[in-house]
Amino acid sequence: MTHDALVQVTGVNKYFGDHHVLKDINLEVGKGEVIILLGPSGSGKSTLCRTINRLETISSGDIKIDGVSLPEEGKALADLRAEVGMVFQSFNLFAHKSILDNVTLGPRKVRGLSKTEAEELAMSLLKKVGVDNQAHKMPAQLSGGQQQRVAIARALAMQPKVMLFDEPTSALDPEMVNEVLDTMISLAREGMTMIVVTHEMGFARKAADRIVFLADGEIVEESTPDQFFTNPQSDRAKDFLGKIIGH
Amino acid sequence: MSFSEQLSTLFATYDVLGAFWTNVQLTFWAAIGSFVLGSVLALMRISPVPSLRWAGTAYVHLIRNTPLTILMTLAILGVWTQFQLSLATSFEWNFFIYAAIVLAIYHAAFVCEAIRSGVNTVPVGQAEAARAIGLSFMPTARYVIFPQALRGSITPLGNTLIALAKNTTVATVASVAEASGMMKSMIEFNSDLIFMIFFVFAMGFVIIVVPIGLLTTWASRKLAVKR
Repeated sequence: MTHDALVQVTGVNKYFGDHHVLKDINLEVGKGEVIILLGPSGSGKSTLCRTINRLETISSGDIKIDGVSLPEEGKALADLRAEVGMVFQSFNLFAHKSILDNVTLGPRKVRGLSKTEAEELAMSLLKKVGVDNQAHKMPAQLSGGQQQRVAIARALAMQPKVMLFDEPTSALDPEMVNEVLDTMISLAREGMTMIVVTHEMGFARKAADRIVFLADGEIVEESTPDQFFTNPQSDRAKDFLGKIIGH
Repeated sequence: MSFSEQLSTLFATYDVLGAFWTNVQLTFWAAIGSFVLGSVLALMRISPVPSLRWAGTAYVHLIRNTPLTILMTLAILGVWTQFQLSLATSFEWNFFIYAAIVLAIYHAAFVCEAIRSGVNTVPVGQAEAARAIGLSFMPTARYVIFPQALRGSITPLGNTLIALAKNTTVATVASVAEASGMMKSMIEFNSDLIFMIFFVFAMGFVIIVVPIGLLTTWASRKLAVKR
């Protein structure tokens, strides 16, 4: 194990009833690394992403964030989740709160920042993702792409050690995909540690330090983007790439 | 005597408005009590602690399925008569407080279920997003789930409030001088005016209840969470 592994997934198994969705997963993510999880639907990549902040529990194995094993549900787990940003497929902005309040809720109620401090922080992050002019609107008044960028700002407001992206562009209209991917690429360039589940192959190739390819709940292949896209080793990966690049 | 003369004689002999005012006051205090208790019960029923969930469920099933008249009788004949537990020095206030408490306890079960139906209108992703930024159960419930759940449960809460307003008539069992008790004694002494008396009290309740329905319909539209 490398010394500065930020996320360590060791021997993780998960079952949904009889269905074995994660099979002996081992994965290490170093500080500043961008890991992209690829695989056909049902391969377990989203489930793996969600186990890292324990939105999904695991049946066996161990997950460590910055050297600390994920605690049981409770205050300690909440504290740890504050260190792990998460961006969801369906944005999940708090529907009854303004954009600004969506971003300030965590800093105020978890970090204990004052209203002014939290709003200053929130505005700078909203500016960074380019939606500061929407701060006083409600989520439903924004486009999908704007909502997802707010969701990224909300996660960043907790100053997380690592960011999880669970298919962040899958629910977006095609013309809005790029604005979200651009935000993610600039985040990666700033050195954010990221674990991303996506179907955007262009983005994967451009932004990833490492591609992790899953099929049927197993990690089948782990390599650099160049290696993976030009010279995949496993039959499963060849088949997968053949299907998506076919058109 | 003409119709209007009969009516004014009745109103002169009996304090009809005063009796209705008692129903309004019972409704007010029991509504607050049942809302607070019902919210706590709803929190218990959605909490991650199995024993709390169990207790909340048991309360709802026991109370919701017991007739209000029986609870009211139990409070007066059981608690007050047997244990001599006085809640106020004057008889009148003592019975009023007993009635308000029983009404609150009873309707809390319905408030709990109304709020829980509201919780079901909040997508699960809202709670996941709240947990993901590090909020634990109580702050998640307080800042994210409940504000949305309440907006989604205004209509069933309004129904509960309407039922509560009318159920205040059961307080007559606890010797509270409210409208339905007065109606009974008015009919007893003026049986020739039975239809008019009935009409007066029916209209009285309609006047109290209709605004509740209008208000909750308006509020549920106005406060709906746009998704």
